[in-house]
Parts: sequence; C-alpha cells; structure tokens
Amino acid sequence: MNLTYSPAQQAFRLEVREWLAANVPKEKLPTYDTKEGFELHRQWESKLHAAGLSMVMWPEEFGGRGCDLIEWLIFEEEYYGAGAPLRVNLNGQLLLGSTLLEFGTQEQKAQFLPRMASSDDMWAQAWSEPNAGSDMANISSKAILDGDHYVLNGQKTWSTRAIYADWAFGLFRSEPGSKRHHGLSFLMVPLDAEGVTIQPIKALDGEDAFAEIFFDNVKVPVAHRIGDEGKGWHVAMATAGFERGLLLRSPARFQQTVRKLVKLYRDNKASADRDPSIGVDVAKCWSDAEAYALSAYNTVGRLNNGEKIGAESSLNKVFWSEMDLLIHQTAMKILGTTGELLAGAPLAEEHAYWLEGFLFAQAGPIYAGANEIQRNIVAERVLGLPRS
Amino acid sequence: MDFTFTEDQLMFREAISRFLMTEAAPEKLREIWETDEGRSPELRTKIAMQGLTALSIPEDNGGLGMGDVAWSLMTQELGYYGIPDSLADTAYVGAGLFSALDDSFAEKGQYLNQICDGELRLAIGHQCSPMVADAHLAEVLLLQHGDEVHLVSQDDISDVANPSIDSSRRLSQVTWQPTPETCIASGEAGAAIWNETLNRGALSVAGQLLGLAQRMLDLTVDYSVQRKQFGKAIGSFQAVKHHLADVAGKIEFAKPVLYRAANSLETNHPLASVHVSQARQFCSEAALLAARHGIQVHGAMGYTWEVDLQMFMKRSWALNNTWGDATFHQARVQDYVLNSQVDLAPSLTFE
Repeated sequence: MNLTYSPAQQAFRLEVREWLAANVPKEKLPTYDTKEGFELHRQWESKLHAAGLSMVMWPEEFGGRGCDLIEWLIFEEEYYGAGAPLRVNLNGQLLLGSTLLEFGTQEQKAQFLPRMASSDDMWAQAWSEPNAGSDMANISSKAILDGDHYVLNGQKTWSTRAIYADWAFGLFRSEPGSKRHHGLSFLMVPLDAEGVTIQPIKALDGEDAFAEIFFDNVKVPVAHRIGDEGKGWHVAMATAGFERGLLLRSPARFQQTVRKLVKLYRDNKASADRDPSIGVDVAKCWSDAEAYALSAYNTVGRLNNGEKIGAESSLNKVFWSEMDLLIHQTAMKILGTTGELLAGAPLAEEHAYWLEGFLFAQAGPIYAGANEIQRNIVAERVLGLPRS
Repeated sequence: MDFTFTEDQLMFREAISRFLMTEAAPEKLREIWETDEGRSPELRTKIAMQGLTALSIPEDNGGLGMGDVAWSLMTQELGYYGIPDSLADTAYVGAGLFSALDDSFAEKGQYLNQICDGELRLAIGHQCSPMVADAHLAEVLLLQHGDEVHLVSQDDISDVANPSIDSSRRLSQVTWQPTPETCIASGEAGAAIWNETLNRGALSVAGQLLGLAQRMLDLTVDYSVQRKQFGKAIGSFQAVKHHLADVAGKIEFAKPVLYRAANSLETNHPLASVHVSQARQFCSEAALLAARHGIQVHGAMGYTWEVDLQMFMKRSWALNNTWGDATFHQARVQDYVLNSQVDLAPSLTFE
C-alpha cells in the first residue's frame, strides 16, 4: 500500500490544473437541458477535446490521451475542483464509449469514438420503454433484419437530452417471438433518420430534460450493431455495469459539491447551528464523499491487479445516489426559507445552485436502474440469496 | 498510488483465518465464557504459535516488523471470530506503545521480546474509559496519569470486576498509585504516546467491528436461506434481501476507509486522528446495522441465548464505545470538517 502520487502523476495534475485555470468559463453555463445551454456545453467539450482533455483514458488513436485510471481520477478531481461545466455527452462517452472499446469492431471504433470524444456527435441512450423500466428484459421495440439493414419499429422513453442529440443507442428485439433477455441486439441509431420522431418530456423543473423516441420503419445498417445479433443483453449489461460503477459518477463531482456545502455551512454557521443535526450531517456528507473517493482508488488498485468489478458496482450506485440526496437535503436545511427560490429571484443569490441539485438528486435513486433493483442484484449475485 | 496489500499480508490473513475457524469456533468461546477468568491460556499460546503476537514487533526483537496496515486485516479476523480483546490490546496496541518509548527505558527490548513470544499479558488503562480490560490477568499494566505513562505490575494494583453484557470482555476498575519509579514517559513524549495509543486502539476496534459485521451478515445470510415461511426461504423475499444488501454496502464502503486510516497511522499522516475516527464511524455503522438487520431477519431466534448471533451483536454494541466512544469519534471528524479553515478540494484526499 502506497497512498502517494508519483512525480509523473503530480506533473499531470499540475498540467490539467493550469489548463483549467486558464480556460474554465468564468460565468456558469446555462443548464444543458435547454437548447442554448446544450450548444454552449457542446462548444466547451470541443475546446476540451482540442486540448486533449476530453476523454483522457481513451487510446490516442480514438481522440484520447491514453491515461490510466489513476490519472483519470486525478483529472476528475482537477476538473470538478476547478468548477468546470458538467459534461454534456457523458452518456455517450462513458457508457457507449466504454462498450465500443470493449465490444466494437475496429471500423466502429474508428467511425464513432473520435467524433464522440470531440462531441461532434452527441449521444442519447435509448434503453427504457413504456413497459420496460425496472423490468428492462421486457423490451418490445423491434429490429427486423432485411438484407444489410434492420427495420426498427417501437418506442423508447426517458431518453436523456434526446431532442438535442445526434445519435441514440439501445436494445431492440431482433428475433421475433424471443423472450426476456434472449434475441435482443444492441444498435446505434442516427436520430435524423427517416421515421424517427422525438417527443420531449418536460421534467419537473419545466425543462425538456428527456424525451420519447418513436421508430416507424427506421432503417439502420447492420454495421451499426455492436456485438453479435441476439446477444445485445450481454453487451448492455456490461454498459450498465460501467454506468453504475465508477465511470458515470466520479467521486470528485461529489467531493466538489461537499466542498461547497461545507462553505455554505461555515458562511451560515450561526443560523445552521440552531439545529445541531445539521453540523452532524455536513460532517457525514464529507465523510461519505471521502469514502466514495477512497473506494474508487481501492477499486482501481484491484482492477490493476487483474480483478474484475462485478455486481458490487450496484453498491456504488446506491451509495452515491443516497449521498447526493443527503448533501442536497442538508443544503436546503441550511438555506431555510430562501431555498425554494428559482435562479434569478432577487433574494436567491447563488442559492439556486442548490435547488437545481436538490431536484436532480431526487432522480439519482431512480435512473440507471432503480435502487431497489440494485439491492436485488447485490442480494442475489453478491450474497447468493435465492431469486423470488 | 497503490491501494492493495502485499502477498505476504494477504497470505498471513488467510492463515490466521483458517486457524481461528477451527480453534475459535463459537462453542469454544462459549466454554471460555463459563470460566472464572474468561480467558483460555491454551488458545492464547496457540495464537502466539501462529505468529500473530510477533506481527508488529520490530525484526530486531524477533518479530515480523509489519505495521498498522497489516493489522487492519488481522483485526478483521479477530472480530470475525470474536476473539477476546486482550490479544489485540497486547500484541498490537501494547506492542505499539512499547515501540514508541525511547531507548532510555531499559526494559523496552525485553517487553517486546516477551510480547513477540506470546509470554506477556498486559492491560492498558487510558483515560477514555474508567474501566481497564483484562486487568485481572495482566502481569503488567500500562496506565495513564495525565501525560505520564506508568508501567505497573499486577502486585501494585487492586481491581474490582465490572461485568459487561459481552461475556468475552472482562473489565475492571483499577486502583493504583503513580510513583516516579513506575513512570516510563511523560510530558510531550507521554502525551504523544497516549494519543497514538488511543488511535491504535480505536483502529483495532474498527477492524474488529468490520469483521463482526461480516460475521453477522454471513450468519444471517445462512439463516435466511435455511428458514422457510410461506413455503419458501425467507431470503427470497425482497424486504429481507434489501436489509442484507444494505449491510453489504456498509461493509464494502467501510473497508477502504479502514485501510486508509491504517496507512495514515503507519505513515504518521498529520490527519491520522481524523482518518482513524472516520474509520471507526464507518466500521461501527456497518456492525450496528448488521446487528439490527441480523436480529430482524433471525426473528425471535435472534433474541435467544442459543443462536450464535447474540455473541457477535453484544460484542459490537460493547466495542462501539471502546477506545473512544462513538461521540468522541463523531466529534473529532466533525471538528475537522466544520471548524478547520481547510478548503476541502477534491484533490486533497491523499494530501
């Protein structure tokens, strides 16, 4: 055990820190759930990519920098620590990108990864359907093989930022009559294809944060399938593992939010201390975010030793989503009466940051597989309890 | 940056685990409970023969020269098998205290050798508790008097037993007289030794609590697979699954916190005290939830003397307030987060 950084790792940290200090926008960008905000985030991604800092752990030939996972954690610490914008293309870059790196053909990697790294292509995920939410194996959208392409029909939903995205990826039933997780294929679909209709869904903050996607005889080349025909579930489970695991929610993001929470507490100490449980919760938030970071470094050490992350990645998802709730609930307690104010309200000051985060934290235990499902996975695959 | 253990550390843990599985089975612990002294010299000798008492003794004194990081694995095994605490207090916390003394204390090497060979029983009395564990059997006691460290022999104390709910713990009030002859460290050096000893004791307890949590989880998983209601194993019901998944989560996230704290103690990190208290909190939470959900899933059987779960629950409840009570550790973490002026940037985790 050696919990210190090598000189090369420290040098990398400084390089990232200096670039961010010179380049992070001084003004916070508008939310990427609006058209304007989405475009500004895309431009930021492009700038990040030009500096070689968009997808640091991808191989250089695909627009990355060939960093290892420790360097990736360092990058994330600097990135969020600098108050840089949230990453608008993560669903593609981390979920699909990781899947392509593992399961894609050389042609697919060359075609899709560089444009994903630069955010010339923006990606939306298309997993859920009206009758396939927590029960994802109940997917009914079809992809019927016809020569060198599939014909897609059906409906996907809860597709994050799909109204602004260029492409979507998800599972489709390619074997007629197949059941559950058999006979599904993993496909990438251009959202400007004929027969695609995208219908925004307003989230509770009033923004078009996600959408329904309808497919009406949409043609998709066979070359846009990842993995073997009918084996999409296996590919998707690997993707879901990445999502729940380390990548989608790196520790630094929560550590940065906790850093702000501690400042909020210190700035409002007299008022907050009227309820001693607030100080207890602030300390717990710090401790949890720290534990999540330690767990990430520990996991990377195990991966470097050749171990695999299995179903225990479900524990990660439960942990960070519940931590995020506690962080924002505590902030709202400290803010008290002004916590409800929207950005721009004269008395809101900087507080609307917390309201926005509080709302989004409500979604954490639901998206990427509801926490109830994660607990079932842990109980059955880690603890070996019988299926019901 | 490497968060993993060496082959040696992992193999040693494995060996200790296999040994304790047979030598410290619950029925044997129950037999020891029935004795007046509550201790088995035989078991202690066997453990010494496995090399555990030599683990952190410097190589110059015949030991293995490992440190807090190795002990963070061993204490989990001691907790998992519910070994009475005098072993960890002697071989880990006591050995650390003797090692920290400067060489002007002439008998330092002799005591380290004795601990290494498993020949010395000692007890440590820190002001964090009015009780001293295992004072009734200790040949020598290390006792706190302000900043002073005193080494007192059994002949020079009187002890009054204070029975604990955990029959593996034997606690006493100790009456003694500090004298210049018994004082082996004082002033700043003494205060530093007591602070480090408290941290080491707390970390020892943290590891044991984590081991206890795993033991209670394992017992409860076994029970929930065997016990049938409504025609099927109760472990197939989602309410039960979620109770146990939550315990598994607490255990998984406590591990790296424990290991980091051990590393901080071993490398004299300036925040070692905060890290140790943080580890104590995570490991305590895991053990307390494992106990709560463990007894819930066991139902009325969990409330009986007969089922082994009680042994590990009661030990968890007792250890939760040992070597600094839960409030002490909460206060140390909270004070750092709320009252220090440190800007807690994400890059500071290992600074």
